[in-house]
Amino acid sequence: MTPVATTAPARNLLKTRELGILLALVLLVLYTTINNSRFLSGQSIRDNLLNTAILAVMATGQAVVVITRNIDLSVGSVLGISAWAVATMMSEHQGLPMIVAIVAGLAVGAVAGLLNGVLVRYGKVPALVVTLGTLYIYRGITYQWAGGSQVNADKLPAHFLNFANDNLLGIPWLVLIALVVVGGATLVMRNYRVGRELYAMGSSPQAAELAGIKVARNLLGAFVLSGALAGLAGVLFAARFGTVDASAGTGYELNVVAAVVVGGVAVFGGSGTVWGAGLGALLLTVISSALAVLDINQFWQQAIVGALIILAICADRLVAVRIARSLRKRDARA
Amino acid sequence: MLRHRLAVTISAASILTLAVAGCGGTTKKNSSDTGGGAQTTASANPNAQLKTGLKIAYLPKQLNNPYSDVETSGGEEAVKALQGEYKKVGPNDASASSQVSYINTLIQQQQNVIVIAANDPNAVCPSLNQARSAKIKVVTFDSDASKDCRDIFINQATTEGIGESLAKMALEQAGAAGGEIAVLSATPNATNQNAWIAVMKTELAKPEYSKLKLVKVAYGNDDDQKSFQEAQGLMQSYPNLKVIVAPTTVGIAAAARYIGSSSYKGKVAVTGLGLPNQMRQYVKDGTVKKFALWNPADIGYLAAYAGAALASGQITGAEGDKFTAGKLGAYTVGANGEVVLGPPTEFTADNIDKFNF
Amino acid sequence: MLKKLGSWDAIIILLTLIVLVVASVTVDNFGTSRNFTFMVLDLMPIILVALPMTFIIITGEIDLSVASILGLTSSLMGWFWNHDLSIQTIIPLCVLIGAVAGMLNGFLITGLGLPSLAVTIGTLALYRGLAFVVLGDSAVADFPFNFTGWVTGTLGGGSIPNVLIPIIAMAVVFGVILHATPVGRALYAIGANAQAAHFSGIRVARTKFWLYVVSGAVSGLVGVLWTLRYSSARADNGAGLELAVVAAVLLGGVSIFGGKGSLPGVLAGVVLLTALQNALRLEDVSGQALNIVTGALLVLSVLLPNIVTTVRGNWQRRRLRQSAAQ
Repeated sequence: MTPVATTAPARNLLKTRELGILLALVLLVLYTTINNSRFLSGQSIRDNLLNTAILAVMATGQAVVVITRNIDLSVGSVLGISAWAVATMMSEHQGLPMIVAIVAGLAVGAVAGLLNGVLVRYGKVPALVVTLGTLYIYRGITYQWAGGSQVNADKLPAHFLNFANDNLLGIPWLVLIALVVVGGATLVMRNYRVGRELYAMGSSPQAAELAGIKVARNLLGAFVLSGALAGLAGVLFAARFGTVDASAGTGYELNVVAAVVVGGVAVFGGSGTVWGAGLGALLLTVISSALAVLDINQFWQQAIVGALIILAICADRLVAVRIARSLRKRDARA
Repeated sequence: MLRHRLAVTISAASILTLAVAGCGGTTKKNSSDTGGGAQTTASANPNAQLKTGLKIAYLPKQLNNPYSDVETSGGEEAVKALQGEYKKVGPNDASASSQVSYINTLIQQQQNVIVIAANDPNAVCPSLNQARSAKIKVVTFDSDASKDCRDIFINQATTEGIGESLAKMALEQAGAAGGEIAVLSATPNATNQNAWIAVMKTELAKPEYSKLKLVKVAYGNDDDQKSFQEAQGLMQSYPNLKVIVAPTTVGIAAAARYIGSSSYKGKVAVTGLGLPNQMRQYVKDGTVKKFALWNPADIGYLAAYAGAALASGQITGAEGDKFTAGKLGAYTVGANGEVVLGPPTEFTADNIDKFNF
Repeated sequence: MLKKLGSWDAIIILLTLIVLVVASVTVDNFGTSRNFTFMVLDLMPIILVALPMTFIIITGEIDLSVASILGLTSSLMGWFWNHDLSIQTIIPLCVLIGAVAGMLNGFLITGLGLPSLAVTIGTLALYRGLAFVVLGDSAVADFPFNFTGWVTGTLGGGSIPNVLIPIIAMAVVFGVILHATPVGRALYAIGANAQAAHFSGIRVARTKFWLYVVSGAVSGLVGVLWTLRYSSARADNGAGLELAVVAAVLLGGVSIFGGKGSLPGVLAGVVLLTALQNALRLEDVSGQALNIVTGALLVLSVLLPNIVTTVRGNWQRRRLRQSAAQ
């Protein structure tokens, strides 16, 4: 069975995608540090990594979904409902260990993601419509539940809030979790069969069905993963910021999709990597803090993100055209 | 062909625009004011009975704000004492446009009094004036609206008093050598914060404050996460900062949380206006030495009585009008329809346990 | 019997009428003329932006940047006002800027052939970001009273809001174009099968390009109206509007895949959502809780027709099997 692989030159083009982001990151950090050496200080690096952690966790799930040629716009609302649920739980049962909070967040998110997956697969409703609808529904549920109130940092147990700052061997827990999530997902997507299948589903949904791939199981899995990771992000959010109300996570879906697109995962599916999405998340966060340090008007940040998204899409299109051309040439020669 | 069409369209439109511009028109400089609201011509009758069953609605800056919650709880207590109908509505983000929608709904629901803390002094004006035309009395509290669109403003303390207190606390906590200070405010248009910051700047220009330098005013939008990130940004841009002054309870809580968990704890003072319950742990662990406030519940309470007095015809909001506000005693309306609650209280580790709000 | 279920458009229009009637009777103060004005003002941005959005979705594309163009023109309006341009210059200038913003969308999507979902997510961020660069966090609120008063006022002080006139005029124009002209028919053709449409002589790329320009211009106009309505130019005006518009359009029966849908359905969808929100607010139900209903209606609008088709298909297959067995 011939692998659905890309030709050697095309694979190099794809590699340059992630390398491109890495290069941009290095250049940016260098430029900012030259201007202000404090940018590479311990506290500053810590702050940057902590700020990235939550976005990277969500970008991982989103990358998997987008690779299958779908999208999940409900992640911001899932973060919100998970953050509220966990914060309420922890403020009422102060003794619960952190691991319970994490599992609770994962569970809430997984259920939310499952609903998305079921509607997409069995209801045959396009992912854009489903997740747009659940974006509204989950946010509405959170507001109904929370009313106008909030869980204040002074009501949460100390061990929960300290988790955000505590280290294991010098690395903050939040960052470790993010690394494990991004790294784990990258490994699975690259080395395991299910990863290959997900890419195939994104490249050509019909061909994947005909080839006997268990599309239903994989699709549900992708959405459950995205939801669960958004739920996890909700727990991390509550621990880091302490004060949670019904509006937590509003608008996050834009940042997550931006991180994923900038990181090289094409909206058309079938290409890109999870660690690229993680890099995208890091790049976006570093841009934000670099702007503050360079004393550039912070308001340029969103405009820059938008410009980067457009550049990323153009680059992906260029790569796709080149691959198509080289595949055609290879077929013509064969 | 496409480009040709485009060029034609754009040039046509530009010529049209310039032509219209040439005709002169209404600009900022020559436009008239906000079209004025319903002016009460009736005179005050201090002997009028306070009506019962008044529908008094509270519209704070935003809902998920512990400070607003304390304010409106005071209001609820007063409305109960007045035997009126209490209602609280508000947006989840401190935005003026959202407040306008709620004002419209309140007009529709035929309330008697609207008590509002404005997110923007001008943006809420047209709808407040519509309310007044519909015979609804408008009382602003905490954060004023433009004075032609409300009947009375309840100010927690004199604006000068608050601004001076903020400057004084900053000077005390900056250390003997003084240094750089920054302000972490709420939203950029907030009437109250802007007024206090203006007084602060005037104070800072005086010779006794020469050792202090205000390097930045950052805006946390009264959003906890944004305030947290702005505090982070301030320390990154100005690592020699000596004091962060946050004249908003959300800002001071977020700044204290950031500084208290970072390497800046003990080196950078956090002060401003805060709620004792929120700040208690930071005062106890040394992150915050001193901050100030008043009792927000009293503002809400006073506002309800002022509104009831207006609705019953006891006062009209003119200077010199007198009314009684239940357990708080007698009050006189000052210039521009302003009623002042009293002086602010300073909280330190010594007295913080005496308060529960 | 299943065939009688009728098209989704008819269902939505019927549902809208029912909601309006029930609300007028059961909710206090709903059926007053002042409330009618408030409702029309709430409707205004959604319905106007939904008109070109319907066209775009029918051709199988999408435009998520509309709210950001609204915000950009709103903040530019404030900036121009602070720099002493006359309001008579500012208004057409802002509409023009909206059109230019739409041109960028159109160029990226039709000129470079990039996917519209991703591109408009990018321009959503870009334009909103530029809006913040122009005006920052602050607001400009001192617009002339005769303009802001016109937007919030009624004809001669009566019960017909002034803005209803441009709303009805534009709805009629868009409706006629879509349902009674070759241009409209071409849109359906493009949505059904872009390649076939191309081969039959329709200039697909050019049509789509101008759709995005119109979408941008209308968003710019709505930015002006929004600013005048609230008398407040802010960079974050209209945030989230694009989702409400897409939700209303899909609810109105337009298929996200393109090629199907009608304007009356969309108009009904917008009115339904706004009326529900207005009525629930009068009953002191939090506006956010309405989101649950909006989201559910959105998903159902695609799910139910799918279920009907599947059930109908199964039923037909069973009939065939039965007749074959005989």
